[in-house]
Amino acid sequence: MSFSIIRLIPGDPVLHLIGERGASEETIAQIKKNLGLDKSVVEQYLIFTGNAVRGEFGESIVSKQPIIQEFKVFWPATFELAFFAILWSSIAGVILGIVAAVKRNSVWDYGAVSLSTIGFAMPVFWWALLVIFFFAVTLGLFPVSGRIGVEYDVPYRTGFFLIDSLFTEDKGAFFSALKHLVLPAFVLGTVSLALIVRVTRSAFIDIQKEDYIRTARAKGLKPAQVVFKHIFKNALPQILTALGLAFGQLLTGAIMTETIFSWPGLGRWLIKSIEARDYPAVQAGIFYSMLIIIIVNFLTDEAIKVVNPKLRESL
Amino acid sequence: MKMTFVALTLFVSSFAFAAQNFVFCMEGSPSSFNPQIVTDGVSMNSSAQTIFNRLVEFKYGSTEVGPGLAESWTIAADKKSFTFKLAKNVQFHSNANFKPTRPFNADDVVYTFKSQLDTKHPLSIPAANYEYFNAMDLGQIIADVVKVDDNTVTFKLKRPEAPFLANLAMDFASILSKEYAEHLIKSGKGLKALETAPIGTGPFIFKSYQKDSAVRYTANPQYFRGKPKIENLVYVIVQDPTVRLQKMKSGECHVMTQPQPQDLPQIAKLPNAKIVSIEGLNVAYVAFNAEKKPFTDAKVRQALSMAMNQKSYLDLIYQSQGTAAKNPIPPSMWSYNNSTKSHTYDVAKAKQLLTEAGYANGFETELWTMPVTRPYLPNGKKLGELIQADLAKIGVKVKLVTYDWPVYLEKSRKGEHQMIQMGWTGDNGDPDNFMNILLSCSSIKTGSNLARWCDKDFDALITKAKEDSNMAARTGYYQKAQLIFNEKKPWYAVAHAKANVVISDKVVGYKIDPFGHENFQSVDLK
Repeated sequence: MSFSIIRLIPGDPVLHLIGERGASEETIAQIKKNLGLDKSVVEQYLIFTGNAVRGEFGESIVSKQPIIQEFKVFWPATFELAFFAILWSSIAGVILGIVAAVKRNSVWDYGAVSLSTIGFAMPVFWWALLVIFFFAVTLGLFPVSGRIGVEYDVPYRTGFFLIDSLFTEDKGAFFSALKHLVLPAFVLGTVSLALIVRVTRSAFIDIQKEDYIRTARAKGLKPAQVVFKHIFKNALPQILTALGLAFGQLLTGAIMTETIFSWPGLGRWLIKSIEARDYPAVQAGIFYSMLIIIIVNFLTDEAIKVVNPKLRESL
Repeated sequence: MKMTFVALTLFVSSFAFAAQNFVFCMEGSPSSFNPQIVTDGVSMNSSAQTIFNRLVEFKYGSTEVGPGLAESWTIAADKKSFTFKLAKNVQFHSNANFKPTRPFNADDVVYTFKSQLDTKHPLSIPAANYEYFNAMDLGQIIADVVKVDDNTVTFKLKRPEAPFLANLAMDFASILSKEYAEHLIKSGKGLKALETAPIGTGPFIFKSYQKDSAVRYTANPQYFRGKPKIENLVYVIVQDPTVRLQKMKSGECHVMTQPQPQDLPQIAKLPNAKIVSIEGLNVAYVAFNAEKKPFTDAKVRQALSMAMNQKSYLDLIYQSQGTAAKNPIPPSMWSYNNSTKSHTYDVAKAKQLLTEAGYANGFETELWTMPVTRPYLPNGKKLGELIQADLAKIGVKVKLVTYDWPVYLEKSRKGEHQMIQMGWTGDNGDPDNFMNILLSCSSIKTGSNLARWCDKDFDALITKAKEDSNMAARTGYYQKAQLIFNEKKPWYAVAHAKANVVISDKVVGYKIDPFGHENFQSVDLK
C-alpha cells in the first residue's frame, strides 16, 4: 500500500531536487540511476519488500541519510508530544465527562459538551496560532516553538528530551524541555478531548440506568462511592477503547501541530517527504506509523482485559 | 498545593535567554552540509557561508567579487588561464575525529575542483552529481587545475569564459580539506561524513545538527580574518512564517528570514525589531511558449503584454515590495538597460495588434500558476486571476492551471505549457546567469528556457558577451540583447521582488545580501 500510493502521485523526485534550474537529460538519467529509480516499478517493489522484511528502508532521497536513522530521531518527538496530549486530554476528558453525566442537563453538562465540541471543531492551525499569540507572545509564559531552549544542546540518548535532558549537567534543560512541551501538547490534546468527554458521558449515563446501580443506591451507598466504585469501573473499558482510537487520531493531528510548533517529529517529516516525493521516507513513515497504531491498539485491548475480566473471552 | 505552586514558579522562571547565543531563525532544514552537492539557499547558508571559504568571495552585502582564500589573481592574455596566489597559514577546523596537521594549501584547491570535475577521482564522492558545478557548466569550461607551488594554483580553461571568476565565488566552489577527505577514507567513515561532519576554514565551526530543529556552531578562534564576535551561533528551523514572526516578537530570534509581505506593516511597528530590505537579484515572469500557436507570432505576445496591467500586480501581489520589471535582469545588476521601453498598458492598442495577427475574436489558452511561494513571487494564484481578468478584456479566455511543484517543474521542462509563471534568483551576479540559462537556444534542451524562444541575434550577442572579459564590451552586448528581448517579448517580465529580513534591535553590523546569503562573521549583539 504505502509503496504504491506515493508512486501514484504524479511528480518526479529528481526534478524536485533540481528545482527551477533544469538539467540535461543525461544528468537526470544519471541521478535516477544513482537513486535506483531507473529500474522498473516491479523491480523497485521487489527490492522494497525484500528490504522491508529485514527492517531496512534504504536512504532518503533528499537527505541521503539512512531512513532508520531519521526515524530514530523523529518518533520519540512525536511520541512524547502525543503521550502528554493524551494524558491531559484523558484526565480532563474523563473528569468533564463524569461531571456532565452526573449533573445531566445542567449548565455543567452543556458547558462541558459544548466546550469540548468547540475544541474539536476548531481548525488546529488556527487554534495553535491563537494559543501561541496569547500564552507565548502576550503573556510570555511559554516559548513560541521548538523542543528545547537554544541554550541547551542535548546529546541524543533515547530521543525523549524529557529523559535526555536529565543527563545533561544543566538542570535547566529539563524545565526548558517541559516548557516547550506545554503548548503543543495542549493544542494537540484538544482534538481528542471531545471524543473522550462524549464517550465518558454516554457510558456513564447508560450505566446509571442499570439495575445494579439502582441496587447500589438502594443499599444506601454514598453518591461518590456509586460513581467511582460502580459506574467508573464499568465505564472504563469504553473509555479505554476511546483512548486507543484517540491515539490514532492524534497522529493525524500531530502533522498540523508539529508544523506550527516547529516540532521535529514524524508528522512534519512525513509531510515534507511527501512534498519532495521522497519515496523511501514516505514508505517507511507510513509503515512505522501503522506499526505504532497497531501496537497501541493491542496495548489498549490488553489494558481492557486487565480492568474488566468479563471481557477477556469476548476480545 | 504549595509544592505545586513552587514548582510552577520554578518552571516559569527557568526560561531565561542566554545572552551569548545568537539565534538566526530560518525557513527550512539544510539537506546536507557539503556545499558541493546542495542546491538550496538554506543548505548553502548553513554550510558554505558559515563553515567554509572560497578562493574569491563576494564582498559582504554586495555582488562585487573580492579576495577570499586567494589574496590575488592574474588572468593570462589569452583569457584561458587564471592564476591564484593563496593566503598563508589558514587553518582548517578540527572535530572529535580529525585534527589537521598542515595549513590550507594548493593541494586542497586542486582536490576541491578535480573531485567535482572527474567522477573517477579517488576522492570524488560516489554517486554525487555535483549539480551546481555542472549547472554552471564548469565541467565543460575547466580543462585542468594545476598546483604551481604550495601557495599558487592555475586554472586552465577550454575557452575564454568571462563569468568564471564570479562562478568561483559561488557557494558550491567552497574549498574543502584534502587531508580530511583522505582521513575519512582511511578511517573507514567514507566521504558521506562530509555531509554530516563538515570541516572548513570559515568563521564558525560546526558543532551539531538536530534535524528539523537546530544547527549549532561555535566561533572559530583561528579564523584568518579574526575571530567572530558571536561565540555561539544557532540556526533555528521554523517553517511557518507566522510562527517565525511570533518568535521574533517574543525575543526568541535575533534575525528571521522571509517575512510575509502582509505582515510588514505590523513588523514596522514593533518596538524591538526592524526590517532590512534590498533590491533582490531576481525576476518573476510569465513566459509565452514560442513553440506553440498562437505565441509563435511576436505580435500576439506584444498584444497580450499590452493588455496586462502591471501596476495592479505590483500593488496587489507585491504590496510595495517589488519594482516593475521590463528587462530579464534586475536593475541592480550591471549592464541593465534603462533605455528599453516599459510595459505600456493600452487595451485598445492590444486589441488592434491581436486583430492584425488574425485573432480579432481572441482565443482560448492556458496559464500555469506557481503552486509555491518563492521570494520572487508571493502569490502565483492571485497573479493568475488578475491576468485572467485583464486578458478577458481583449477576448483572450485564459484557463488557470496548476500542479504540485514537482509536477509543475517536470511538465514545464518538457514544454507542455502555453503561458507559465516562473522566476529566477541570481547565483553569481553576472547577467550571463540570467540571459543564458533562461533565454538561450541551448537551454531549450535543458528545459530552463520556458519561453522556448530561440532568436539568432539575441543568442549571438549573449554568446559573445560570455566569452569576452572586457566589461565595457560585455555591457554593450547585453544592452543590445535586452533591446531585442524587449521588442520580441518572449516573456512578460512582471517584477523584481525586494528581499526582506527582520532583525532585532540588539543586532549590530548586520548587512542584508543581494544573493540571500546569511553571514554572521562580523555581526555582534548589543
